[in-house]
Formats: sequence, structure tokens, C-alpha cells
Amino acid sequence: MLSSPHQHQGHSTTQLMQQVLLATVPGIVVLWYFFGWGILINLLWISSLGLLLEGLTQILRGRSMIDALSDYSALVTAVLLAVSIPSTAPWWLGLIGISAAILLGKQVYGGLGYNPFNPAMVGYVVLLISFPVQMTRWLSPLVPSPSFNDSILMFADIEPIVGYDAYTGATILDAYREHQGGQLFTEFLSQSPLHGTWASYGWEWVNLAFLLGGLYLFYKKIITWHISLPLLASLSFLALIFHDGGSSASLGSPLLHLFSGATMLGAFFIATDPVSASTTTRGKVIYGLLIGVLIFCIRVWGNYPDAVAFSVLLGNFCSPLIDNLTKSKVFGERNV
Amino acid sequence: MNQLIFPLKRGIHLPERKSISLQSPIIESKLPPQLFLPITQPHYEKAKVLVSVGDYVRQGQLLVKGNGLSGINIHSPSDGIISAIGPHPIANASQLPEITLTIDTLPSDKATFCQLDESLETLKSEHCFSPMDWRRATPAELIVRASECGLVGLGGAGFPTARKLQAALQDVHTLIINAAECEPYITADHALLLEHAEQVIRGIEILLEILPQAECLIGIEENKNEAIEVLHRALLNAENSRIALRIIPTLYPSGAEKQLIYILTGQEVRSGKLTIESGYLCHNVGTAFALQQAVESGKALTHRIVTVTGDAVSKPNNYRVAFGTPVEFLLNQAGVNLTKLSTLIHGGPLMGLEVTSHMVPVTSISNCFIAGTIEEFPPNPPARPCIRCSYCADVCPAGLLPQQLYWFSRSQEQDKARAHHLFDCIECGACAYVCPSHIPLVHYYRAAKADIRVADEKQQMANHSKERFEFHQQRLALEKQQEESRRAERARLASEHKKTSSDTRNDAQALIAAALARVKEKKEITNKQKNKDKD
Repeated sequence: MLSSPHQHQGHSTTQLMQQVLLATVPGIVVLWYFFGWGILINLLWISSLGLLLEGLTQILRGRSMIDALSDYSALVTAVLLAVSIPSTAPWWLGLIGISAAILLGKQVYGGLGYNPFNPAMVGYVVLLISFPVQMTRWLSPLVPSPSFNDSILMFADIEPIVGYDAYTGATILDAYREHQGGQLFTEFLSQSPLHGTWASYGWEWVNLAFLLGGLYLFYKKIITWHISLPLLASLSFLALIFHDGGSSASLGSPLLHLFSGATMLGAFFIATDPVSASTTTRGKVIYGLLIGVLIFCIRVWGNYPDAVAFSVLLGNFCSPLIDNLTKSKVFGERNV
Repeated sequence: MNQLIFPLKRGIHLPERKSISLQSPIIESKLPPQLFLPITQPHYEKAKVLVSVGDYVRQGQLLVKGNGLSGINIHSPSDGIISAIGPHPIANASQLPEITLTIDTLPSDKATFCQLDESLETLKSEHCFSPMDWRRATPAELIVRASECGLVGLGGAGFPTARKLQAALQDVHTLIINAAECEPYITADHALLLEHAEQVIRGIEILLEILPQAECLIGIEENKNEAIEVLHRALLNAENSRIALRIIPTLYPSGAEKQLIYILTGQEVRSGKLTIESGYLCHNVGTAFALQQAVESGKALTHRIVTVTGDAVSKPNNYRVAFGTPVEFLLNQAGVNLTKLSTLIHGGPLMGLEVTSHMVPVTSISNCFIAGTIEEFPPNPPARPCIRCSYCADVCPAGLLPQQLYWFSRSQEQDKARAHHLFDCIECGACAYVCPSHIPLVHYYRAAKADIRVADEKQQMANHSKERFEFHQQRLALEKQQEESRRAERARLASEHKKTSSDTRNDAQALIAAALARVKEKKEITNKQKNKDKD
């Protein structure tokens, strides 16, 4: 016999994941525009591998393959990983990354819902630590993106005739961190070719597109403001303090930090992964603030080009503790 | 008193589907050939069944006498013959049958014929109560009347009204009348108000007569415009300054007892406490009406208004139904299409119970039967893993974290579940309604609650055994001690006795010695005399 309630709102986890996938489309289009075919090749490759690995583990665990694949969670993990790695990535980079994500990040814990860390970020960090050269070979948005043939060559791990250097270059976050002192922030910006309309060339549009996708998720009530907004707020706040009006010791303006690197992707698609995030209302705010602070610290004082993955994983570490400390008072305990 | 409304912070908006059963006035249900009256009692062993198989019973006759104010008096809804007393399926979660009186009802013409003989006797007999002038009656008399007429809460719990009123006499300051009717489909209270608003208000006035120091707040959801209008008019006519009507936002579960108190007063009843302990008495509008009927017309509680609805019936409506009427009979009157019927629900779609037997009878808590089609209540897809999206926490009216409770319930971490206030869960089903993974959350909470209760009972029994064991040990120790002290006492006495006896022996020896001495002396004297005589 069925237990009450007998009615249901009608939304499902599958629909939720589909909406998340839909919301990544603007970001993917802009990435493709600036960085070429490699992005789409990665997407296709990593998504297929993701589904394959998820299906295989289900068979090994003696569970229904259809059930696990039809929730689309493996696809979401694959897409988030694919958009995080450079478009010049050879095929084996994606293979190792998605294997780490699905196997080590998710299935060893028991599959969807049981993973303490964001699987896509586990995959990303494994790659970043193991293959720093390949993982930082981002194409420069300033030069024309490689042809489809060159993209295929890169995917096959064959260096194109003109060499990788013809296409790649430092991101503005690298450039700014490494630039020699004695220069005002505005001077640096005006002199750097990487500078775009308001943040960094190319990346500002990528971030704007992911922001758009994030707002769509917000509009669809799939995510709430409780994680994304505090994350962006604490990042901007720290950037504002250390910007100090743009002196030579400045650590970059809030706009630069908001619209560079993976900020928007992280704020709306990565940190909001409910499985590994904090689950209480106040806890989500604290979790978001914490990740924002970590992103800023690792970006400006750390050794890695971007900080979203490490920050989110560190946030994941803290979320059980945060949950425990932020239990809200239940009905019947509040005003008595 | 504060004029404000304090909207619930969390809850869900549901498709109402109420208009389908509000098309026409309340229909008087036909009398079924058989009535099934379960002897539901708080204390079975103390209730007395006054009839036996084969007895002829009159309408309104007392069949079961409950134990005092906490028992429930059961009256016959119709003339008839008791044909059986035994187990019969009823709408309950355990699906266990309950002891039920079966009454073969007599067709009305035959009943009238029988009535001719005994009409005078019947009128005077204990089956009927005389109307009361409640303005002159004492609270105690009114409570006794409620008990005599077998009044129970018609909102859902079926708690004896008299028992509740007795408890409320102490220090209840606010009477809450629940007209929220927040679950979809159900319109029984709505229909009652449309036709009997004045009687309901008089019922409330009687309640206030019992509670002279209390103020009354009526809470009704804003989607019941017509009912609000008639209530307004009835209140104007009544001119009772102690009753206030409050229109509250439509948000499920605004009709849950503690939630309604919060909406109307802004006060939260402390977790784990009864509403009466905090000075609030809650009654459903149906109960107020039943009280008015009992007091002013002397009618025992034998009928109620039941919403019969759902897409599988062609004439969804509210029916005035005799207790004991099998649902099958009711569905047939409403034009059920049995081929379309897939889910039959007793109660509302959120908290109601799926009924498997079509023979379950209407009881005091049957506010609604939904005959649903497969399109209306599609089977739940298999549950997927919880992704902790926390949509459930966003809608939980008790402010709980259902996702965490689910985790603890599944892994049997009873202490953690308790610490996360599992027992504050009112099982409203809002969490499961929004869960994108289709997890039957309420089911898990019910199971966890039952497990904890069993564990608690075991613990209690263990404590009890431990206590008994310790007491036993103590008693053994005490006995041993007493035995020892007794032994010591005996030893002491014995040694004293020994001492005294040795003393006496000494004395005896002394006596002997003295006697010997005397004998010796005598001998010596006689010897001397002999010697003298010789000389």
C-alpha cells in the first residue's frame, strides 16, 4: 500500500539536471566562439566517456544502468569538467579527468547523492596537479582560434605545425599576478593586450554567459541565492579592500575578479552542487562566503592560475561541520 | 487581542480541486442495508457493549457506553437489528480489522410501523435527550451532554470532545475554531458552513459558555469566499464580541493545529507540548456544529458530512452520511465508474490513507473519500537517491531538515534523528510532495518514529528489569544482613546463657562444698562426742 502523500508536484531529479545542462549552453557557445572546436570535441569526448564509465560501474555494482544514466547526473559532471579544461587538451587528458571524476569522485562513495566532493572538481584537480603543462595551455583569445583540423590534431596529441605557442598565452589572472610592480593597476590594464571591455578579453564574455545561465537556473528556482550571491559578495568585498583604489600594490579590481577565470561557472554551477554543498539555509550562506574568500586568497597569494576548484573542494570539506553548526530552530522553539 | 495574521513561513501551494464537489447543496445519503459501526475506544477494556446479536435497536439508541469522559458513547444511526459483532475492515494505517457492530437496517416504512407501538416509550427512553437551555446550564452539565451524545473531534483525530473540554477548563485563554480545510479536494467543512453557519456560531457560543474566560478566533483560508460571507453574516447576527473571524492565506498546511495557532496568534506552541497546556483549545467547525445539535436539539452524533469526490465519480458532492455506511454504498450513490477507479483515498490527498477494501465504513473522522483515476494519482516513479537539494527544507512547516532526517532514518541513527526533532514532524507530506527524487519521506519518518518508540519501550522495560534486579539484590543483601544480625543476637544470647549456666554450676558446687563442709563438721562433732563417750 502506498503511504501518503498521494500527490506530487511532478518535478524530477532528471528534469532538474536537464535544466542545469540547458543553462550551460550560453557559456559553451561563447567558449566555442573564443577558443574554437576543441571545446566541442572535449565536450563530446568527455560526455561519452562519462556515460560509459557511469554505466560500467552500475553493471559492476549489479544495479540498473538505465536508472543511473537517466538521472543525467553523469552528463552534468562530464559537461562541467569539459568546460573547465583547455580546448587544446589531448584525448588522454579528458579520459583521465573523467575517470577520476566519475570513479574516484562519485562511484567509490556509492554514486549520486553520496559523494562528499564535487566530482567534476575532483577530476579537474587530479588533472591540474598531475599535468600542469597541458592544463594551463589555454588558447589566447587574442589570436584566431585553431582550425578544425588543427583542433583534431591537438586532440590526437599531435602538435600542430605552427606549434602550440602560436595559439596559447597567459590569462589575465596570470599576467596580473606576475606583472612587475611599480605600475598602477589602471596602467597595467591599459597596457595589457589581455584587457577587454571591463575585465579580461574573451573571458569577460564567457563569465557573462555563465552568469546568464546561472540567472536562468535562479529564475527556474533550481538554485537559490544562498550560495552564489555570498560567494560573489565575499570575493568582490575582498577584491575591493585589496584593490585600494588601484595602486601599484593593488591585487586587481572586483570587476576583474568577477569576470575572469571560472568565477561565474563556479558560483552558479559548481558551488551550487547540492550533494556536496551545505544544506541548511544559514549554512549555505557561510559555505558561499567561505568559497569566495578562498577563491580570492588562492588567486592572489597562491601558486595556481585559478582557484575555483580548490576553493570548492575545501568548502566541501567544511560542509558537514557547517551543517552541524547551523541547525536552525524548529517550529515550537523560536519564540518561547 | 492582536488583529494581525502571522502567515506561515513555509508550506506549499497545491492545486485545490475543491470546486468539483461544491456544485450543489449537501445531499442526504440513502440508508445502506447494513451499517458497520467500529467500537473505536481510547480504552477498549473499559467500554461496555450494551447490545447483543439479534437485538432490535432504535435510532439514537445507546449501543456502546464509553468509560466516563474519555470514553466514546456510540449510538445507533438508524433503526435495525444487530446482526453481528466481530472484526470488520476499517480505514486505518495498520489495516487490521476492528471489532464492529453490524446493524441490518430496517426500511423506513417498516421502521415507522414498529415505531407506532413504541412511540411514546421511545420518546421517553434514554435514546433521546431533551433540548437544553445552554445559557443557563453550567459548564459541567454541558460537558456531560457532549459526553452523553458521543461527541468526538470531527477534524481528523477523533478525540473525545468532553475529555478535551474537561482538560481545557483549567486555563485555556483562546478557543481556536479550525475552518481552514487546507487539503485539496475536501469541502465538507465548507459545505457545512454554507448551510449551517448560524448553528456553527451557536456551537461556538456554547463552547465559550463552557470556557467563560476564553476568546475565540475562527481561522478560514481566503479561498472560501462564500463560506466567509455567510460566516460574517452569522457573526453579525450573533453579536458576540468574543468571537472574531480571521481570513488566512491559502497555504498548506495552515489547518494543522499548531500551525493554525501560529497564524492566528503569532505564538508557537512549544515543541513537545500539547496545545491545551499552552492555553489554546482547537476545535473543528464540524465539532462545533455537532455540539450545537447535541445541546439544542438533543441529537447524538450519528451522522457527518462527507465529501465524495475524484474523477472516478460522476456526481462528486457532499453527502450527509450515517456512521457505518460502507464506502462502496456511498460511491455508488455518487455514480462511481469502477473501471476508472484506481486509487481510493480516505481523507485528503496529502495526509489521507489509501483504502483497499470497499467495505470500510464512514466513521467520525471520514471527512472525505477520493475516488481517483490513474491520471489523477499516477503511480510514483521509483525513488532516486537524495541529492540534498533542500527543497523539502524550504517547504517544511515545522522548520525541520527533512533531507537530514531522511539520512538518519535510513541509517537508523535514532539519536541523531531525535536531535534533529523527528518528533516535531507533523507528517503533512509537503516534503515528499516537492521531492524531485520521489522519495517517500513521510513513510521513512513514520517507520523511524515507530522504531524509536519500540526502542524506548525496550529501554524502559530494561530499566524496569534493572530496577527490579537491583531491588532484588538489595533485598537479598538486607535479608542476609538481617540473618546475620539475628545470628549475632542468638550467639550473644547463647553466650550469655552459657555464662549464667556456668555461674549456677559454681553455685551448685559451692552448695555441695558447703553441704560437704557441713557434713564434715557434723562428722567431726559426732566423732568428738564418740571419743568423749569412750573417754
